[in-house]
Parts: sequence; C-alpha cells; structure tokens
Amino acid sequence: MAEALGFFTDTTICIGCKACEVACKNWNQLPAAHGGMGEMSGHSYDNTLELNGINWRHVTFVEQFDAPYDGRWLMMSDVCKHCVQAGCLEVCPTGAIIRTEFDTVVIQSDVCNGCRACIPACPFGVIGINDVSNTAQKCTLCYDRLSAGLEPACSKACPTDSIQFGPIVELRERAQRRVAQLHGQGEQRAYLYGADPDGPLGGLNAFYLLVDEPEVYGLPREPKLPSFRIAAASAWSTVTALVVGVLGVVGLRKRRMDEIAAGKADAEEART
Amino acid sequence: MTALSAALQAAGGVPSDTYFTQPADWTWFIIPYFFVGGIAGGAFFISAVLDFFGRPEDRPVIRWGYYVAAIGAGLSGLLLIVDLNRPLRFWHMLIRSEEFPAPILKLWSPISVGSWALLLFGAVATAMAIAVLAENERIRWRWPAALRGPVLLPVLAIAGALLGLFFASYTGVLLSVTNRPIWGDSTLIGPLFVVSGVSTAAATLLLLGSTGDERAPADVTHRLSDYDSWLLLLELVVLAAFLVSLGPVVARWLSLWGALLLVGVVGLGILVPLALHYRPEWFRDRLTAPPALTAAVLVLVGGFLLRAVVILASETVELFPFSGSM
Repeated sequence: MAEALGFFTDTTICIGCKACEVACKNWNQLPAAHGGMGEMSGHSYDNTLELNGINWRHVTFVEQFDAPYDGRWLMMSDVCKHCVQAGCLEVCPTGAIIRTEFDTVVIQSDVCNGCRACIPACPFGVIGINDVSNTAQKCTLCYDRLSAGLEPACSKACPTDSIQFGPIVELRERAQRRVAQLHGQGEQRAYLYGADPDGPLGGLNAFYLLVDEPEVYGLPREPKLPSFRIAAASAWSTVTALVVGVLGVVGLRKRRMDEIAAGKADAEEART
Repeated sequence: MTALSAALQAAGGVPSDTYFTQPADWTWFIIPYFFVGGIAGGAFFISAVLDFFGRPEDRPVIRWGYYVAAIGAGLSGLLLIVDLNRPLRFWHMLIRSEEFPAPILKLWSPISVGSWALLLFGAVATAMAIAVLAENERIRWRWPAALRGPVLLPVLAIAGALLGLFFASYTGVLLSVTNRPIWGDSTLIGPLFVVSGVSTAAATLLLLGSTGDERAPADVTHRLSDYDSWLLLLELVVLAAFLVSLGPVVARWLSLWGALLLVGVVGLGILVPLALHYRPEWFRDRLTAPPALTAAVLVLVGGFLLRAVVILASETVELFPFSGSM
C-alpha cells in the first residue's frame, strides 16, 4: 500500500468561505439540493446543514455569543473521516465500500445497490443517498485526483490552509506543533480530535484541531464501530431463542405428555 | 468554558454518541418486512416442534405453519428488494459483482448474514411447504414425499427451525449493529424481536387453524394459546429490560412513539391478550368472537406496532442540532 494520505483540518484558521464546498461540488459534479431552488435554513450562514450523498464537504458554523459583540464564531470544514476502522466498510454487504491504496475509504457506485446499511453504521453521519446515481455516496478523498498525483480539490482550494492534505504521519506531527504553538499563545483549549492511532476507530485519516467540546462541532465524543455490539446482541438473542425454544417444546407437547402420564396412571389403576 | 459547553453539561450532555448520525430511511417496506419475517421464522419453528412432538390431529396447524413460512420468506425477499434504491442489483447481496460468480458473505455484517439466511430459510420453507402440499394431496407430485421421509424430515425440520429463529431475531441484531439512537444503544432488540416473532406466529397459526374448511382441533389451538401467553409474559420482561438498557436515551420515548409503545404494544398487544387468556370471563359479554381469537388479532396488531415504533422512534431523530447555530 502507498503511504496513508488524509486531511488535517485546523478549525482555528477556517474563515467559513466555503471554497472547499464549491471546489468539491465542482470537481465531483455533485448536484444541487432541491433541484437548485434556493432554500434558506435559518441556521447561521449554513444552508448545507449536513454531509450527505450530494454534499461531501460541509462548513459548520457555530455562533457562541452571550450578547451582540460578546462571543466568538467557530467554523469547521467537515468531511468523511476515512476511518482506519470504518463502520461503513464493515457492514456493506455488497463489497461496494473498499479501502484504497491510499488508506482512504471509497464507495464504488457501480457496485452499491442502495441497501443503505452504511448510512446508520457511520458514527459521523457522513453518508447519504445521491438521488442522481441512486446509490450511497460520500467523499472519495478525490481518489481520481490522488491517482493522478494531484491534491484533493477541497484542500487545493482552501485559501487559509485550514484544510491541509498530505501523508498522515507528517500531518500528525504538523498538528502537534500547531497545538503546542496555540498553547504557547494562550489558547489552552486547543486539542486534536481523531489524530491518535490508538484512539477510537484506530484514528481518523481526516482529523481536526478543535477549541471546544466535540459535540459543539457536531462530532461524537467516542465514535464506535457498530460491530462492537454484535457479540452481546447475538449472545442475548441466542439465549432468548433458547428460552423460546424450550417453552415451545414444553408448551406445545405438554398435553401429549399429560395424556401419556394420565394413560400410565389409568393402567396402574386397572392393574391394582 | 463557553456558554454552550456549560449548557451541554448542565443538560447532562448529549444523550448518546448515536445522536450524530443519519437515518437509513428504513421505513415503509422494512417495517412490514420485520413483521412478516418474524411470523415466517416463528411459524416454521412452531410447525417443526409440532411435527416432532405433536399428534396426528395437529397436522392442519403444521401445514399452515409451513405455508406461512414459505409465503412469508418470499414476501420478505420481495419487500427487501423493493426497498433497495437499485432493486435490479439485489443479487449483489450474495454475489461479488466485480468477481462474478464469487459469493460474498461477511460474518460480522448482520445484513450480509441475513441475506444468506433468508435465501436458505426460504429454500427450506418452500421445500417443506411443497412436501405438506403433496402429503395433503393438494398437488399430485410424488417426489416431495421423500422430503417428509425418515431421513430428510428431521434434517429439514431442525435446519428450518434454527434458521427460522435466526431469521426472526437477526433483524433486531441488525438494528443494534448500527450507530443510530435507540438501535445502537441497546443489545436487546434481537431478543425482543425473536420473542415477538414467535408470539405473532403462534397468533397467526391460531387464527388460521380456527378458520376455513380444515379446522384444527381445540386441543392444539389451546396449546398455541397457552404458548403465546407465556411468550407475551416473556416479551413484557424483555421489553422492560430493553427500555432500562437504553440509559439516558430512554427519554426518546417521551414522544408519540412512546405513547404508541405503551398503549399499542404493551396495552393492546400484550396486557389485553393476557387478560383475555387468563380472565376470559371479564370479556365474555362484550365480545362476539372467542377470546382466544380476539387475543390473537391483538397480538398481531401489537407485533406490528412494536416494529413500527422501534424503527420510527429512531428514524425520526435528526442530526444533533448543536452542529448548527446556537
């Protein structure tokens, strides 16, 4: 496998310009929502609202104001995390979701049959159905561009380098240095989300520098693989099925056994 | 600490990490699939038990059970295919389309294992249905007699019963193996569905055995009714354990879905049928139908509602709002 590639997103320098969203839409030829009709969400400057089958990049806007001019903006360009242990890849029954030579996770649209198992399996709510292809879709980390030796469209377009692309090992080192720099400047809240290879999901190939709780950015605190419940769920189901089975054998043949017992008793009585 | 972080902590935080996920849109075909699948799996199991431990008079119920299993398996497959966004690619569930005809099976993916289980269960249930059709002289073929011979009958009955119980429960495990609210917060949906599946199957066979030209004797319908009552008591226990296992997410039931769970599933679907079984005299003057049949109809209504509320209570949870403006 080639070197693992991914994104490091430094949210402290995101300016919410959405160049990444536009570049992604443009390069991947993703359709507009609502057939292109404008629809305002009412959520800050965010009409995209979520990642899904037609929005593979989403700039989250969080307004933290106690009063006018008394607070701060948080902005984060969100994307598929290309998890090292990917829930979507794990549950996909068709083999449509694969891990590439760049350690990224890609959905093959010509294999996907739209069963939608991957959508609830993703702990980050990244995947959705693309109504044009009628299959599940998400960020490919520009697999076609990587194959041609190019940088993904979103990071290429990012004017502040909030989205940085490169080998994951290098990005982690760079991210650690940035956290230390911010701590040195007095921003003690800065920390990395998803950069730890020993952390949840074996680390994320798209990780973030955050300055507030993960939930504030719409990220789960401890994302989990869906399969971590399979052993317990199967064990409980087996035990319950055994109880149902035993009740069935006992209950459904009960009368017969009663009759056999009654017949024996009658025979005994006749003998005496 | 920001005001929002403080507000989050004051509210006890987000109920679960499952609140950051997207719904699968498993709704109008999947709810009936879960319901029909439970009945089909349970019906085969009951017929197999009666085949081994029953009496000759039980034959009408045994036949109904195998018919219901075969028709239910077929209907389940149809519902699953129609639910796909690309129905013509349904075979991708079983065959690697890029490496045709290599099969694909992921033991750690319930939807993958379930697809194979449906195929195998459908094959066994259809074989048994054909065998009892021939035995009852509804078809004139001779070869199906071998399926009910001393060698094949135990093999098919045991395999089908095990597959049936698996088929009735795997749908619950499938929900638990997601990251969605409620589903991914409990490992007890599989147990809930297997009890409910066999219970609704007993109710279906009770109703079918009590109607038509070929009625089952009262003894077997009594046994089915007794069995169903035990299952309803067990379902009540499992349902309580399921709600406790949800932890803070149990608050999600403070909604229309919770009201339906309480009134429709627990009240109409479990408690009233139990009362009809153990205290039929309470209802005798108010009912035109026999209490056991009324109970069976209510068990079916409760079984359907159980699947509907478990699915819809989760499907209707949107992405957690903290990702937007606050």
